[in-house]
Amino acid sequence: MSVEENRNCGCNCNTECEEENKVDCDLRREMINQIRSYDFAINELALYLDTHPEDQKALCLHNKYCKQVKELKDKYQKVYGPLTINYPCNKWRWLEMPWPWERGNY
Amino acid sequence: MWTYNKMLQYPINIKCTDPKLAKVIISQYGGPDGELAASLRYLSQRFGMPDQKSKAILNDIGTEELAHLEMVGTIVHQLTDGASIEEIEKAGLAPYYTDHGVDVYPSSAAGVPFTAAYIACKGDPIANLQEDLAADVAPLIVQHK
Repeated sequence: MSVEENRNCGCNCNTECEEENKVDCDLRREMINQIRSYDFAINELALYLDTHPEDQKALCLHNKYCKQVKELKDKYQKVYGPLTINYPCNKWRWLEMPWPWERGNY
Repeated sequence: MWTYNKMLQYPINIKCTDPKLAKVIISQYGGPDGELAASLRYLSQRFGMPDQKSKAILNDIGTEELAHLEMVGTIVHQLTDGASIEEIEKAGLAPYYTDHGVDVYPSSAAGVPFTAAYIACKGDPIANLQEDLAADVAPLIVQHK
């Protein structure tokens, strides 16, 4: 099942998913966890590169992860709404997903 | 400047409220060795650093500390979310609740409000980095108690 097919599930993913939203919920969670992993790796690589800017291996990895997470984020935001206010939408979707402290984009 | 990412650096989903635990954890938010102190320490010290590398590392660590601050705030919020007045009283959080309600107020476990006196910015790179090293170990000591 593609991500696009599961658009507008309205899943809040509080603690347990509703049965009919389960597939989409798992899919969304898998995507956001991937994004989180990439972001974390990019962050740590950036800290390392701050003091080791000549390290080509780290730089290559940083570039690779940046490219991969950009693709993932574009895909995620298209379906589930913006992760930052820099993502353009036809309607204002910033209010749709609960906030992170309320388990939004969990 | 900063751009907000509407996600946590690490996911948090606490299923059982525990106001007693929240009363302790809040020190990692606004206590002497908390994340607010950490982020302000790095972000304030970066202005006076002598070279590109040290400015960059303090800038980027200080930024990441803000993400940690949000996670600790989330933990406190979820630990107290939906707690009854009785539970709040039993956890010793009645005085906190009186002044701050359901907000997450930056204070220590003992209820001391956050103060910039927790951080040192000496205008000297070596003194500042020494302070950072000491301050980075302090939370580990707190966590292992």
